[in-house]
Amino acid sequence: MSANHSPQTASQRLAWIATIVASTLVFIFLMAPILAIVPLSFSSSTYLTYPLPGFSLRWYEEFLNSARWMNSLKNSFIIGISSAMLSMALGTLASLGLAQWKSKWKPLILAVVLSPMVVPVVITAVGVYFFFAPLGLTGNYLGLILVHTALATPFVVITVSATLQSFDMTLARAAASLGAPPLLTFRKVILPLILPGLASGALFAFATSFDEVVTVLFLAGPEQRTLPREMFSGIRENISPTITAVAVVLTVISVFMLSTLEILRRRNERLKGNVG
Amino acid sequence: MTAAFVAGADVPLKRRLKRAERARQFRALGLVLPLLAFLLFTFVVPLAGMIWKSVDDWEVPQAMPQTVAALERWNGQGLPDEAAFAALAADIRTAHDAGTLAVAAKRLNYIVNGYRTTLLSTGRKLKEQPAPGTARETLIGINPAWGERESWAAIKSASGPVTSYYLLAAVDLTHNADGAIVHAPADQSIYREVFMRTFEIGFGVTALCLILGFPVAYLLANLPTGRSNLLMIFVLLPFWTSLLVRTCAWIVILQSEGIVNGSLQWLGVIDEPMRLIYNRFGVYMAMTHVLLPFMILPLYSVMRGISPAYMRAAASLGAPPATAFLRIYLPQTIPGIGAGCLLVFILAIGYYITPALVGGAADQMISSFIAFYTTETVNWGLASALGAVLLLSTLVLALVYGKLALGRQTTGGLKN
Repeated sequence: MSANHSPQTASQRLAWIATIVASTLVFIFLMAPILAIVPLSFSSSTYLTYPLPGFSLRWYEEFLNSARWMNSLKNSFIIGISSAMLSMALGTLASLGLAQWKSKWKPLILAVVLSPMVVPVVITAVGVYFFFAPLGLTGNYLGLILVHTALATPFVVITVSATLQSFDMTLARAAASLGAPPLLTFRKVILPLILPGLASGALFAFATSFDEVVTVLFLAGPEQRTLPREMFSGIRENISPTITAVAVVLTVISVFMLSTLEILRRRNERLKGNVG
Repeated sequence: MTAAFVAGADVPLKRRLKRAERARQFRALGLVLPLLAFLLFTFVVPLAGMIWKSVDDWEVPQAMPQTVAALERWNGQGLPDEAAFAALAADIRTAHDAGTLAVAAKRLNYIVNGYRTTLLSTGRKLKEQPAPGTARETLIGINPAWGERESWAAIKSASGPVTSYYLLAAVDLTHNADGAIVHAPADQSIYREVFMRTFEIGFGVTALCLILGFPVAYLLANLPTGRSNLLMIFVLLPFWTSLLVRTCAWIVILQSEGIVNGSLQWLGVIDEPMRLIYNRFGVYMAMTHVLLPFMILPLYSVMRGISPAYMRAAASLGAPPATAFLRIYLPQTIPGIGAGCLLVFILAIGYYITPALVGGAADQMISSFIAFYTTETVNWGLASALGAVLLLSTLVLALVYGKLALGRQTTGGLKN
């Protein structure tokens, strides 16, 4: 047990054990959906029931051979990567500006920048649908990329701002005093140090777009359906085992993103350690 | 460089510094501007447009400009004069040919049920038979509804340019023919109930998240860093897993042939499968699962900052563990509880996907009505009004959250 928590009395020990038991139950609750769905995706049966009659990869095969699912996977990546890049560019510039800007209007500007995170997505979707429809921005990629960028940028601003906060500005001043022009300072000094933070921000942005379905429901035509959108209609109609295979693929992507984020975080800590 | 330095030498240093600082501020603002412009186009203006749609009243003025003008002189008592009847007949003919009559008919039908049929059939009949007598006789001859004050009051109340109709309807109120605000008819009064249901589910989910999240946050905050980081995976992995995947998994687990029902039947606890999904239970289950990390993470970060010395001090002064916990530890977690609860509640009341997929018809929250009126019945005014009410509730709560988070930042330094 930790130094923080060294139970002395019987009742304290009991309370600590109760905490562990309760937490374990909550951990099971949190992991249950993922744990339940993985084996079913390898089932040879068309019914989503346990015990599994046999092992098979047929549902993964069906996923890979379905033009509909593959198209939606492609759409998810097109929209996700485009909006991640766009929100990356806009969000990083804004974070750099916000870090230096001193004004009484700053809280208001910050509130506007972060508001897409707070406003219920269904409201954003409806508002954008009304606004984009007459402009011809529904039923194509551009409209979706624009909305997803708006939804994802707050996460980029938060992540990059946090990185900049821990960035030692004397380094930039040192570079300037040695005669480096601002752009060179940015490229050679600031950028390498905040790069892990930028990458985390981009990943957050991609994940936001990759998981988003409400605006897709309103804005996408049949050609732009993303993976979550196909899953939405799949779940609405009838859950086929193919969906469980898709779910597992998506979970693997999540695990991959989470591990990348953790690696980036550690790298950032290390860089900070070197700097300080 | 040197030249500039020399040239500026006569200017006092203070002013030069000030000027340099001002230039820096402008540059900083310039870096923020692209994002602001982008958000203006993709977010702020669309939201403002939605709010405008909740009061915009364009259908009737567009289709019946002459009638609207003629009714300006009408005091709302009895029937309007012959000029208004003539204007209406002329407007209906024009609008019928232009194809704008149906839109106005739809708008008027919100006020008086059956108006749509009245107006559209009048449009058809006016075209068939040329009017022999006065416009008044012709119209009342076609449909006696034109001899009722209510029909005219409806046109007057919908004659724009703005209306409070949709916003009132969003809270189950309406104007009667005399212009007083009254309760909406029973068959249209559903939104207060839907808002209450939305808040009820929001409260329920928030309470469940707090009960489940508190021990987990406490455990993670009091374990050594290595072990708590490892256990944190159990919180972060579901957090990063797609919402659709998790919703789908809950359906698989809870459906009548699902794992829970299967195990309980196998154990002999129940004979018939229980209904666990497509009802309120399923909504609570799935939404609590989705939102639990949003409670655990702020709680954890606050608990991590609480020094164990306080508890030790309380114990050394003779406080029993339960008292020390309730009076020393718990009050210090309140900022985390407040932030977590507000965050979960804000997210919960705006939820659309999860209730739509795992809830029954009686579990649909306000978002699903907003979506329904936008895409299914194309009643954009009502969709916008419901959206405006939800937006207002969310923004008020977000403001409280912002104040709370800011307060934590400023007092945090003092406390520790």
